[in-house]
Amino acid sequence: MTDMTVLQSRSEDASTGEDFSASVMSIEIGPAHPAMHGIVRFTTHLDGELIVGMDPEIGYLHRGFEKESENSKWIQVIPYTDRLNYVSPLLCNIGYSMAVEKLYGIEAPRRAEFTRVIMGEISRITDHLTCLGAVAMEIGAFTFFLWFIKAREYLWELVEEMTGARLTTNWTRFGGNHSDLPDGFLGDLADRLAKLKEVLTECNKLLTGNKIFIDRVKDVGAISKEDALSFGFTGPLLRACGIPYDVRRADSYSVYDELDFEIPVGSTGDCFDRFLVRMEEIRQSISIIEQAADKMPEGPFMTDERMMHFPDKKDVYGNIEGLIDHFKLVMEGHQPPAGEIYMPVEGGNGEIGFYLVSDGSGDPVRVRMRPPCFNLVAAMPAMTVGHYVADIVPIFGSVNMIGGELDR
Amino acid sequence: MSEEISTMETETPPEAGELTTLLKQEFPDDVTDFHAHRDDETVVIERDALEAVCRFLRDDTRCSFEIMMDLTAVDRLEMNETPRFEMVYHFKSLTHARRLRLKVRLAEDDCKIASIHHLWKAVDWYERECFDMFGIVFEGHPDLRRILMYDEFEGHPLRKDYPIDKQQPLMELKEVEERHVYGRHA
Amino acid sequence: MEILLEIIMIPAVLAIIKIVVIVLLFAMPLGTFLTLMERKWSAMIQDRVGPNRANIGNFTGHGIMHLAADGLKSIFKEDTMPKGADGFLYLIAPFFGLIAAVATFAIIPLAGPIGDFTFQVTDIEPGLLFIFAITSLSVYGAVLAGTSSNSKFALLGGTRASAQMISYEVFMGLALMGIFMVYGTTRVSGIVDGQNEYWFGSLIPMWGIFTQPLGFVLFFTALIAETKRAPFDAPEGESEIVAGYFLEYSGMRWSAFMLAEYVALVGVASLITTLFFGGYHIPWLHLWESAPQWLVTILQIIKFSVFTLFFCWFQIQLRWTVPKFRFDQTMALGWKKLLPLSLINLFVTAFVILAFA
Repeated sequence: MTDMTVLQSRSEDASTGEDFSASVMSIEIGPAHPAMHGIVRFTTHLDGELIVGMDPEIGYLHRGFEKESENSKWIQVIPYTDRLNYVSPLLCNIGYSMAVEKLYGIEAPRRAEFTRVIMGEISRITDHLTCLGAVAMEIGAFTFFLWFIKAREYLWELVEEMTGARLTTNWTRFGGNHSDLPDGFLGDLADRLAKLKEVLTECNKLLTGNKIFIDRVKDVGAISKEDALSFGFTGPLLRACGIPYDVRRADSYSVYDELDFEIPVGSTGDCFDRFLVRMEEIRQSISIIEQAADKMPEGPFMTDERMMHFPDKKDVYGNIEGLIDHFKLVMEGHQPPAGEIYMPVEGGNGEIGFYLVSDGSGDPVRVRMRPPCFNLVAAMPAMTVGHYVADIVPIFGSVNMIGGELDR
Repeated sequence: MSEEISTMETETPPEAGELTTLLKQEFPDDVTDFHAHRDDETVVIERDALEAVCRFLRDDTRCSFEIMMDLTAVDRLEMNETPRFEMVYHFKSLTHARRLRLKVRLAEDDCKIASIHHLWKAVDWYERECFDMFGIVFEGHPDLRRILMYDEFEGHPLRKDYPIDKQQPLMELKEVEERHVYGRHA
Repeated sequence: MEILLEIIMIPAVLAIIKIVVIVLLFAMPLGTFLTLMERKWSAMIQDRVGPNRANIGNFTGHGIMHLAADGLKSIFKEDTMPKGADGFLYLIAPFFGLIAAVATFAIIPLAGPIGDFTFQVTDIEPGLLFIFAITSLSVYGAVLAGTSSNSKFALLGGTRASAQMISYEVFMGLALMGIFMVYGTTRVSGIVDGQNEYWFGSLIPMWGIFTQPLGFVLFFTALIAETKRAPFDAPEGESEIVAGYFLEYSGMRWSAFMLAEYVALVGVASLITTLFFGGYHIPWLHLWESAPQWLVTILQIIKFSVFTLFFCWFQIQLRWTVPKFRFDQTMALGWKKLLPLSLINLFVTAFVILAFA
């Protein structure tokens, strides 16, 4: 990398005829930039085309998720979680609902869990499709991006069929889900997955072996295992470094221990490994969805525990317990017992952890979401210093920073 | 339906998990409390022992907590508990496949704590966020400035006495000055 | 009537008429049309429809109206100039590229000569060297735009443009040395006539692609890098440095850059056709002895246009298929791989000519 002649450029306060190699240009890869996913600002110091320093600045999309949650009821936080990681909203929904269920100490029925697995994996696939498409587009392969967007449309049609919305899904509830599988959903699912597999094969042929692409992403942005662990990496970036840590296996939740899937692991931790890890994870997610759809049990989609959801109308109008439950649930909301829990789930970018503190009244004391890409963006200077300006694009693309998740 | 747990302390009788026993052994004076509510092992320690305990947790082979998962704080003003702030540290060990939560209590008028940024690189930004949101000062942090809020923000938003609809003063347009360069991570 | 013919036969007037026809009726309309077709052809690969909304009344013409819409929009936009930009240089920079692109058509023949009348604006002796000279002029456009814009991103783009274009000019010339040696002349009409010869009796025409296959690849690559098309569009950045050297331009000046790029695209395609694919010569047509002259000319023009259009399409498809090179990889490719290859091409050609002369 360093045997290329570094271009010299004048800094804005260049003194004439002085030592140009010491002049460093400071450039803002600013909040409004075509390659910035979401909004983040990198103050980059360049020596010609070489990056010698970088300072990320985040917080442009901070909407006060945690403060708002403290001023809402527990159930009112679920729409806020949609907007956290907005390319895989169902994973955040599922994470939060499972966290509150852990606080209560209850479990959702099996049918609800299998459905959650299917929807969660669909969300994970959409997250990876968006990330890989964006990386490819910024490297110049526009066609790859648009084919992946077409594939993502198939999945969003499924999400819309189930939840009613493409992005603001608001679908899980405490103790189960909002709704059951619609008629014909599993047939549509099989259809769309077949189309998705076709698109994946085509895109693989187009890009994964392409020499220009490999030259752009190989050995770019590599990070060592020790540094990755020290920075708190989780998810595809940690797996690309060679550490097979996946929350679905390590701290198995929901029904993942009944499903058979592999964890793709890279070796060098560079952008190419991250790309391949995500591509393989898409295929593993497709396999998980197919297994879950096969094993789907019959049964209720919501728990029977009292005070977790509205009772049936015949109970509300028919007997006094139903009436009281309905009234209390509307007026006071859910009241999980006092305590504090930490619930990790595997998000698209890594481990999403919900740390909830409850004091027994209906108001949350603390709702904390551990954002996986917070650590990744913190490590951006370590990954980019020493590379060229043009390398920021694949590195930052592979980090897959989602503004909503980073800034909450 | 609600269980009988009404405080954050342990349910009777307290049962110390493996890690808690280990910590009580190594740091007998500093472990003030522990519980394992819903199987999440939690240990409360003294503020001054933080750096030593964290170093022990990272380096000792019986613990080897390689990943600092989360670092945050809880403001317990509305629960009428003192000390007011509670620092919460989550750790994850890949080698032994377990997790630990560490808590440190901080009083309102003395919300300072040692920074552990030299142990894990992730801590740098987590501590900045804690400072930004709660106003807790981390002694020894190289660059403690706001991260999610802009620099001229007044107050610390996640404190319970910061009203959710508080207005901030208007700012004038200003020129951008040079920022600190994070070249040292390279 | 006779006076009119006499006036037309004055060389200067004739040249002007040819310029009007070739440039204003062939090159520039094709260039403009390609701005639309790029979007339509890219949409075709990407499984979508492309622009088809602009209309007058209800006539959309499958997107043809977008040409008018784009032109009108560019004219009516505000002509900005950033504070601190070098006024004169900033204003004239867009036009270098346009002049260079259009000037390429001065020596390209559209059809065979009828008697004394050639379908070429001028047929100067150092024809190909003229091409090199003009392409060097287009470097100024990018460099002046980048450096006079008083913007860091534009500066990066301008620096990249200058380095890339100057480097690739070096072996563009070397790649064509082979053509000089094989056909023995730099006069463009001579090269085209040289491609009308045949090997093995009347079997295979001596087109440049057959005599200089490696030269073709090198020359094509060099020209794509000169026009800064993908995969060599690092100066245009688009994801790293937003728009590179023409970042601060708006309105008609930006349109001038765009038009220059597309007219240069047509110029590249025409050059390739002329030098490597027999120009206007239709192979084996000489076997049909009694072909009337007007038919031959028309067929020649059609052949030239078809091949030019094919190479335009090829360059556009190339952009949407392959990713971009990083800038240092572009330079490494040019200096470390393509330059030695062009030298080898030269030696091999010389050897073959001497051995089989």
